[in-house]
Amino acid sequence: MSELVKRYTARERANHWFVALCFILLAISGLALFHPAFFFLSSLLGGGTWSRILHPFIGVLLAISFFGLAARLWTQNRISDADREWKKRLGDILCNKAGNLPEIGKYNIGQKYLFWTLVVCIAVLLLSGIVIWQPWFTPYFPIVLVRLAVLAHAVAAFLAILAIIIHIYSAIWVKGSIRAMTRGTVSAAWARHHHPAWYKEINKGS
Amino acid sequence: MALQSLDIKARSATTTQPPVVRDPVHVAKLIDISKCIGCKACQVACMEWNDLRDEVGTTTGTYDNPRDLTDQSWTVMRFSEVEVQPGRLEWLIRKDGCMHCEDPGCLKACPAPGAIVQSVNGIVDFHEEHCIGCGYCITGCPFNIPRISKKDGKVYKCTLCSDRVAVGLEPACIKTCPTGALVFGSKRDMIAHAEGRIADLKERGYANAGLYNPEGVGGTHVMYVLQHADQPELYAGLPKDPHISPMVSLWKGITKPLASFGLGLAVLAGFFHYMTAGPNEVEEDKEHTS
Repeated sequence: MSELVKRYTARERANHWFVALCFILLAISGLALFHPAFFFLSSLLGGGTWSRILHPFIGVLLAISFFGLAARLWTQNRISDADREWKKRLGDILCNKAGNLPEIGKYNIGQKYLFWTLVVCIAVLLLSGIVIWQPWFTPYFPIVLVRLAVLAHAVAAFLAILAIIIHIYSAIWVKGSIRAMTRGTVSAAWARHHHPAWYKEINKGS
Repeated sequence: MALQSLDIKARSATTTQPPVVRDPVHVAKLIDISKCIGCKACQVACMEWNDLRDEVGTTTGTYDNPRDLTDQSWTVMRFSEVEVQPGRLEWLIRKDGCMHCEDPGCLKACPAPGAIVQSVNGIVDFHEEHCIGCGYCITGCPFNIPRISKKDGKVYKCTLCSDRVAVGLEPACIKTCPTGALVFGSKRDMIAHAEGRIADLKERGYANAGLYNPEGVGGTHVMYVLQHADQPELYAGLPKDPHISPMVSLWKGITKPLASFGLGLAVLAGFFHYMTAGPNEVEEDKEHTS
């Protein structure tokens, strides 16, 4: 490993991992209540009742920390024409045989879709979660809204977990990515290959 | 509570068959509203047998007392003053409580294994020791019956005195009713009994008298004889066509297995992609020369 490029500050990494830990706890306790096949997961949080009690509090922590991180990354996730061109080559990219790709910035369109999916899903999860938060808030909402909220919560959670599975797999698949979040740096070669426009931009100043 | 003599037809959050070797008589409680005088002896009997003591409430100018179902009040009388025809006031008194649906929305929604069980005889019972307090049963119930306790965060409702029925006794409310408005027996007998009552009511001028045993929830094991069966809403908002909300059915129906399968599939897709396409690596030297 020769040259390294800074991708995330310590604060961004801490923020990301705080969100990630909350997400894992939420997925465990949420899936436990979603399908009986996952109920055993509730043991990891101390049983069904503890899962029910803790889940909404962790959810609030996630929402606050996630939107804190999202605010930092908001402008970098606008979808550009280069992203759309890049998307057309997705088949080749997945087969590891893509060359001459359009030059993309700090994030590719997959990462941007992930970002916006999570922004929408977490907003829905937060709002619907408040409606179904027993025993504190649910009694104040009409039953029709509560029923809509449980359904919306399940659908948004499904999409969010699916997005995170893709997110984690992408990090495993694209070698050299994980260190961006564990060490804060990536190799210059990685940056040039995966995010050439971003690489050029950060080198402009130096 | 779990009783050896009550075989279980359905158990919340359980995907395998619960024990059902025996086929006991399907029971039902029949509430003949035309015979009810609103004495609330059934409320007292319920409190006594189940050892419940609600807080003393406030009066609001009606006879409803307590004003609503609570974790301590599993049955309440609801008094409605209704002018069914102009100039003819009727006082309709409905004993409210769990209807013990054949297709229980509470059980369908419950995520805690064994917190709600449906006995083969038709009783839908909450086993509070397994309850996690999420309130999903309230979301699933078409009759607005379960109540979360502020004391322990568990949900309570009428058990149809499952403990009494299990040993061959009738529910406490039935035992105490002084007018015979409440009767208990096999569901078939109760329907036959109701037919006699309905014929009698029709003879006495209640042309729309009928049995309330709503099909939308597969029938219920608590049934009403109504003088005005065409307008059940007159009886303190008894729903005309109760059914499990489509949102609850969607959430706890097809979505559950399909979404779980989808998540599993996504993980497998990733695994096999990695094993076939391989990792996406950047070669340092090649990048330097390019």
